[in-house]
Amino acid sequence: MAVTAAMHLDGVGFAYPTGFALGGIDLRIEQGEMVAVLGPNGSGKTTLLKLMLGMLHPDAGEVRFKGRVLGAVRRRELARSIAMVPQEIALSFTMTTAEVALLGRTPYLRRFRGPNREDREAVGAAMAATDVLPFAGRPYDALSGGERQRVILAMALAQEPRLLLLDEPTRHLDLSHQLRILSLIHRFNRARGLTVVSAMHDLNLCALYFDRLILLSSGRVVADGPPDKVIQPDLLKEVFGVTVQVEPHPTRHIPWITILPDDL
Amino acid sequence: MNDRARGSIREEKQDPHLGMSAMSDPARRTSDFAPRTSHASQRTPHLAFRTYVGLSIFLLLAFLIGVMQGAVLLSPVTILKILLKWAGVSVGTVTWLPADETILLQLRLPRVLGGALVGAALATAGVLFQGLLRNPLADPYIIGTSAGAGFAATVAMLLLPPASVLGFGSVALSAFVGGLFAVLLVYRLARVSGQMSVVSLLLAGVVVNTVLGYLGSLTIFLFEGSEFQLRRVFTWLMGGIAIHDPRQLWVVGPIIVCGIAVACGFANSLNALALGEEGAVAVGVDLDREANRVIGLGALLTGAAVSVSGLIGFLGLAVPHILRLAIGPEHRRLLPASALGGAALLILADAAARSVVAPAELPVGIFTALLGGPLFLFLLRRNGRERTWR
Repeated sequence: MAVTAAMHLDGVGFAYPTGFALGGIDLRIEQGEMVAVLGPNGSGKTTLLKLMLGMLHPDAGEVRFKGRVLGAVRRRELARSIAMVPQEIALSFTMTTAEVALLGRTPYLRRFRGPNREDREAVGAAMAATDVLPFAGRPYDALSGGERQRVILAMALAQEPRLLLLDEPTRHLDLSHQLRILSLIHRFNRARGLTVVSAMHDLNLCALYFDRLILLSSGRVVADGPPDKVIQPDLLKEVFGVTVQVEPHPTRHIPWITILPDDL
Repeated sequence: MNDRARGSIREEKQDPHLGMSAMSDPARRTSDFAPRTSHASQRTPHLAFRTYVGLSIFLLLAFLIGVMQGAVLLSPVTILKILLKWAGVSVGTVTWLPADETILLQLRLPRVLGGALVGAALATAGVLFQGLLRNPLADPYIIGTSAGAGFAATVAMLLLPPASVLGFGSVALSAFVGGLFAVLLVYRLARVSGQMSVVSLLLAGVVVNTVLGYLGSLTIFLFEGSEFQLRRVFTWLMGGIAIHDPRQLWVVGPIIVCGIAVACGFANSLNALALGEEGAVAVGVDLDREANRVIGLGALLTGAAVSVSGLIGFLGLAVPHILRLAIGPEHRRLLPASALGGAALLILADAAARSVVAPAELPVGIFTALLGGPLFLFLLRRNGRERTWR
């Protein structure tokens, strides 16, 4: 193909010393795609994200960002293009919301220099977009789960990335905050062409907000495509061991699952 | 798949500046944004400025007390006149004893300068190790320096002849080399298959410190020497500024001053480390490289300090904490502030150590703990809830 993919995993394999392995991963993610990575706990979602971030190095194959092998790009340069929203962060000091968000500018800061006007503007923009400015001066630890997640998102956006990786961004959030985070990411994807790859658990939320779902099982890709291709009862039964019924969503052209428990 | 690919390419063409300019759009759109951030961000530089002014005054006062205080009390006017005369300025008739001049220029001044350098080095190294290891109990000695230097110095005091290079005796040189060697050992032990983790570094540090510490004790136990020599070892381990020769300052001074300046270059990386190791890597910190440099720099600063002062405890642990409570955890401010604070605190502690039982001296380590401890506790109780470690 003439156009280089935003993220290209070519025959990627990776094994932890403890035994868990990811293997035979071939993925092409184009700039501007909104991708959810699904799969049971321990199926390799986080590992896949860390490979895309360049934090883990593949044992086999190559991970390329815009045609360049991740391992060959300097960490600092990479962080200007790829940002990660981890499951949670544990700060070692008490810091304010603004101080945390400002850490997203680390890849732009020069040694011996603090943030300049451009950095402050970028952080301000990211904080405005995620609506965390009202508590800029409050300690991060005093915030609620939903607010913290938005602060971390602001930090990641302050990196001005082209590719945003998220590790279960809706974890531990109530329904309204889940929708708020996802709609925010969705807006960034649509308005700015930000490529999004997010590990997710809720299949219905995935169908609502994501264009492409990648289903992992035991370190392998078992399905990859738009929601109606991936959200299939027999496939979900096989991967999650759960019986579901799939119907069309009442107002949107997406599949909607209903869980049919075996034991009730 | 193809549809999607084409779609995204089209999107990209429509919005060619996805990076910076697109991101700063909302800043312009959100009208109430500018005043809010300026409020949030300008409060802190102001605080930093006041802190620097306060610390500089504190250091100046400490310096003055340091040169005045001792077995012979010198007045500030006399000190100023002697200094002016020394600098070649005419100050009229000499109104002081010749001995005063010797005391000030040969004894007090080198000692106070030495104390300032050692205090600054230890406090800076404390900030470096606490930030890198993300551990509030980390001090400059945590990765092996204390036991390595202590063991080597003990052996030197008991067994080596008192040779001297550039004013440094065999004890000072052994302590410097022993400290660096122990750090190297800890570092090698902590690296498992090319990867280093903070936890293994801490554990290796504790183990090496303990083993070498007991080896030192064993050496003392097996050595059949005079009371005097054992007392000397004990005193050295408690710490004391020992500038026997002003040339020592010309060696240690540049190492420590340059070291502190270089340390400030790691502020951004140390700040990012508040996010954890993976978080720091995610925002672009080349952790392996930065960690190696910070460890090397911290060990050099500590080694240089130990070579002229023995093992002064508590200062390198407490000063960073005290200043973090006062001005927050931001390392661009914390590193220089700690250097100033550490210098001032050690000058004062040393002045106390030589005055309380004058003309004899007490180990300065006693006073760093007695001065720093209550100050630390006071600050911790006063505003501990706001800006401490988690």
